Amino acid sequence: MNQPHPNRPPPASPGRAARRDRGRPWLGARLGQQHKRDFLDSLMRLYAKPLGSLLTAAVIGITLALPAGLWVALKNVDAVSLGWQGSLQASLFLRDTVTPEAGRALTRRISQRDGVTRTRYISRDEALAEFRELSGFGDALDIVADNPLPATIVVQPDTALGPMKIDAMLRSLAALPEVDRAQMDQAWLNRLYAMLDVLRRAVFIIALLLGLAVLFIVGNTIRLDIENRREEIRILRLLGATDGFIRRPFLYAGFWYGLAGGVLAWLLLVVALLALGGPVRHLAGLYDSGFVLSGLGFTGSMALLGCGIVLGWLGSALTVSRRLSAIQPR
Amino acid sequence: MSSAPAIIELREVVKRYAGGQLALDRVSFSLARGEMAFLTGHSGAGKSTLLKLIALIERPSRGQVIINRRNLSSIPAAGIPRYRQGLGLIFQDYSLLYDRSVFDNAAMPLLLRGMRPTDIARRVDAALDTVGLLRYRDKLPVTLSGGEQQRVGIARAVVGRPYLLLADEPTGNLDPALSAEIMRLFARLNEGGTSVLIATHDLNLISSLPYRQIVLEHGHMATAEAS
Ligand SMILES: Nc1ncnc2c1ncn2[C@@H]1O[C@H](COP(=O)(O)OP(=O)(O)OP(=O)(O)O)[C@@H](O)[C@H]1O
Ligand SMILES: [Mg+2]
Repeated sequence: MNQPHPNRPPPASPGRAARRDRGRPWLGARLGQQHKRDFLDSLMRLYAKPLGSLLTAAVIGITLALPAGLWVALKNVDAVSLGWQGSLQASLFLRDTVTPEAGRALTRRISQRDGVTRTRYISRDEALAEFRELSGFGDALDIVADNPLPATIVVQPDTALGPMKIDAMLRSLAALPEVDRAQMDQAWLNRLYAMLDVLRRAVFIIALLLGLAVLFIVGNTIRLDIENRREEIRILRLLGATDGFIRRPFLYAGFWYGLAGGVLAWLLLVVALLALGGPVRHLAGLYDSGFVLSGLGFTGSMALLGCGIVLGWLGSALTVSRRLSAIQPR
Repeated sequence: MSSAPAIIELREVVKRYAGGQLALDRVSFSLARGEMAFLTGHSGAGKSTLLKLIALIERPSRGQVIINRRNLSSIPAAGIPRYRQGLGLIFQDYSLLYDRSVFDNAAMPLLLRGMRPTDIARRVDAALDTVGLLRYRDKLPVTLSGGEQQRVGIARAVVGRPYLLLADEPTGNLDPALSAEIMRLFARLNEGGTSVLIATHDLNLISSLPYRQIVLEHGHMATAEAS
């Protein structure tokens, strides 16, 4: 009964004249008409009491803006940390008993492993030379008879593997007999990823709870609406209004509340991002980074509006189906 | 049964409310198609209850209610809206929608049937003309007098060309002159072919009118006299 139908002209047949006599266009056109009218009627009703409607929409908007804002924040942190991934590497310090030839062979073997993008072998001599150059202690080191530096294999893992697999792989490399000690150069990055995972989950839970809150807000508003229009509903039932007919304006009101809430949430986010844009640019400049804050984007914006509409509609539907059947003529 | 099928037929109808109150006790009567009659009786006699059974606002505890050859026990809850669309109901308190214009009030039954706007306008204007309120079509009901509001209610009841008009104390809130005017309106609608049943305890008003009186007394049929 409630499905909108496309408008199709009735066929030019005797049936058409008969239908017009009874004043009944075919079902689809009728429903289409009614829907359009109820759709706009419900908007006009909200418009008729702008303060109350605006307050409801504002509460929905703030409630939606919170998880959406957290989501945007996460997205940005993700983007920042993605830039750091390139520097994720591990140094395998080899035992002194491993000859340069064996070290190079091991390096080749490691480079053929899955998930390894790059390897570099640094022999003890090379390490010493490098250290000399970098430290400027060249002469002082000559005093030391034995080269104290170990040979090293620098391994750069494929970041696409994800922190868990990278960690497992580096552990297995560290356990090789030739390896004396392994050092994850950017272990903190893995911790950051783990933390981001926790945060992502937290944002998801917060979004669920706040979505539930929107359902309650809309539900409560519609409940009051129904309460205020009790007498009207009773009269409509006496005149032979179907449940669908009575329900429809409230469902559309839920739609409008949700849409308005979504638009407000979107505006709140845009304003917040504008306010943060300057300081973030300054901060990025200090780090020599060209990082810019990214917003919701088109898909995100549409998803936000969609969530608002769906939650508004659903909040209304859940309330309406429970409340309306209780209102019957006496 | 007589040859002309009755529009209303009650057979041994009992209505006991959930509270235990016996409102109707084995009531049987029929209203012929095209007939107009008054349903009278003291306060609490069961007049409103009887009309509620016909409008499917209540269901009988026992017995059969047959309207327009249809046994109401065969109509499930989901079929009630459709069934009520075929009736014209008029109430003592008018039961108008006070945030809508006179026109929109009278148009509601046609809207419920999904009629086209142009057809609705034509029929509503005709109905408002019948009750003499066409010039008020765009006013809000609160700006009208009680008698005028009741005429809006009547226009709304007849706009869908119901096969049966039911009125519960339609003149209960009106002075004698206005009441007589409303009764003349019902008589005119009845001459047009509509069957009419009016519950009232205003015996002064109806005593001089040439319609049958169906009298209820403590839930029983008292007399059914033709005059
Ligand atoms: N919903 C209800 N629940 C319980 N008892 C009811 C209900 N409605 C009516 N009654 C009882 O049923 C009896 C008949 O009531 P009804 O309203 O039909 O009388 P009535 O003839 O219309 O009276 P009035 O002239 O005062 O309108 C009364 O005793 C009343 O108390
Ligand atoms: Mg009564």
